[in-house]
Amino acid sequence: MPAPVITATSLTKKYKDFAAVDGISFDVAPGESFGLLGPNGAGKSTTMRMLGAVSTRTGGDLEILGLDPDRYGPEIRSQLGVVPQADNLDQELRVRDNLIVYGRYFGIPRAVVAKRADELLEFAQLADRAKAKVDDLSGGMKRRLTIARALVNEPKILLLDEPTTGLDPQARHILWDRLFRLKEQGTTLVLTTHYMDEAEQLCDRLVVVDKGAIMAEGSPAELIRLHSSREVLEVRFGSDRNAVVAEQIAGVGDRIEVLPDRILIYSSDGEAELGHLLRQGLEPITSLVRRSSLEDVFLRLTGRTLIE
Amino acid sequence: MSDVTETGIRPRRFGAWYVAEHRLLLMRAYGSTILATSIGNPLVYLFALGVGLASLVQAPLGDGRGGEVSYLAFVAPALLASAAVTVASEELTYPVLSAFKWNPVFVGARSSPLSSAQIADGVIIAVILRMAVTCAIYFGVMLLFGAVPSPLGALGIVTATVTGLAVGVVIMAYTSTVTEDKGQMAIIQRFIITPMFLFSGTFFPLAQLPGYLQWIGWISPLWHGTELGRVLAYGLNEPLWLSVIHVVFLLVLTVAGWRAARIIMARRLDK
Repeated sequence: MPAPVITATSLTKKYKDFAAVDGISFDVAPGESFGLLGPNGAGKSTTMRMLGAVSTRTGGDLEILGLDPDRYGPEIRSQLGVVPQADNLDQELRVRDNLIVYGRYFGIPRAVVAKRADELLEFAQLADRAKAKVDDLSGGMKRRLTIARALVNEPKILLLDEPTTGLDPQARHILWDRLFRLKEQGTTLVLTTHYMDEAEQLCDRLVVVDKGAIMAEGSPAELIRLHSSREVLEVRFGSDRNAVVAEQIAGVGDRIEVLPDRILIYSSDGEAELGHLLRQGLEPITSLVRRSSLEDVFLRLTGRTLIE
Repeated sequence: MSDVTETGIRPRRFGAWYVAEHRLLLMRAYGSTILATSIGNPLVYLFALGVGLASLVQAPLGDGRGGEVSYLAFVAPALLASAAVTVASEELTYPVLSAFKWNPVFVGARSSPLSSAQIADGVIIAVILRMAVTCAIYFGVMLLFGAVPSPLGALGIVTATVTGLAVGVVIMAYTSTVTEDKGQMAIIQRFIITPMFLFSGTFFPLAQLPGYLQWIGWISPLWHGTELGRVLAYGLNEPLWLSVIHVVFLLVLTVAGWRAARIIMARRLDK
């Protein structure tokens, strides 16, 4: 197995008494697509800033591309592409100039960076907007430009913090497609998300993070197999009746979760469980049988939903 | 891992300059405005004060050696230094606040190989260049007005730029601490820059002020810069130790402010 490009051992970040990241350990292999899944405030962004060699750890060990970020910050960062949670493009510059200026930060000669900027605009499907002001781009276009900017130094690792938060479904799919292409080209991707579908689409392997600690680790399929059932039956009886009904049907399926708006019944056969309810004379307002997702894994592990 | 460590060499060495390139590119967007004000300002001020107001100034202005100096020659070095201070206060208030807050390019730059100190340095370098250009143009107009008796006056471009720098780095250190805009930038302009412009021996010798107001001049970088400019432009006769104090004062302020700006920048960006 090739040496990992990232090795975190008991990685910790404390702000005074508060541990934003509380001793997490993981490896990322070259070419792997690795995800940190967790709700807001789980410590994902803080972890990303440490991986990005910007924020200094307060405990544990961290190696990125075999180097210690405390000592080799510039060397590490020159090999990383960073897509932050909030776009920080220069809105006062034009689209192409954003790439040029950023490329220069890496010490890339002007002629090289100009050529790369044109290639990246093609890749990001923004070639026709090269001279546009950043302000005039849509949210999805800004995101794509931010990703293009992160690629200007041909990074070995691309760090993406909530890459599609706030985008409409179509823009998300375009972005996923671009990221998938990078993955195919062998770029290591590390991303945080609180969208389970995004994690399932993009990640070979992920860790579920909550309150600064790792709750579980594995591929999306493994995590679902280990921590959830094959199928989930979702039934709604109305917000005032859900809790009452849940008591009546205790014992149905492998496990039951009661959420404010619906009841989740975990089972290998959702349709059979629904038949079971109907035979008891319990007629839900709506019912849905679906495959288990990472959302269910998260609920199981933390007792909370991802998006609150 | 040698190929990995080599990629850090250029950013480590030239990082500040790359930031300066970025800032200069931003200035180019309003380059015509910069040029127009750089030429227009000295024309307006020198004409209004050096020609207009000068016709009312009755009291003879001594050069400290028994000779007299025209009001135009007296006021011109002060206006030159003020021009640099104006550029510094323009470039290091809102643009810096904005680069943290509304258009957070500093945060973006910090994800690249650059350090916080290099980002601070780059911003300052770009402003030094803009001040130097503005002062050079200003000086050119001063020559056209015949406001510079001594050839040494050209060095005033340097002393004026350093004066602007000394004020600018302190402003930048402060601006870098601002997280919420409650009008602090306007306060700097109204309650620091403008009074400094008025009470730094700009339009009349500091000695004309009542004793209890003269301290404003002593702590004002603009006064120190202006007096140096006068020594160079028309040979204002002041004791050598005082000229040395002017230089030391400006340099100490520059070094202290610059260091503070770097530290505050790092505190904010390295979280």
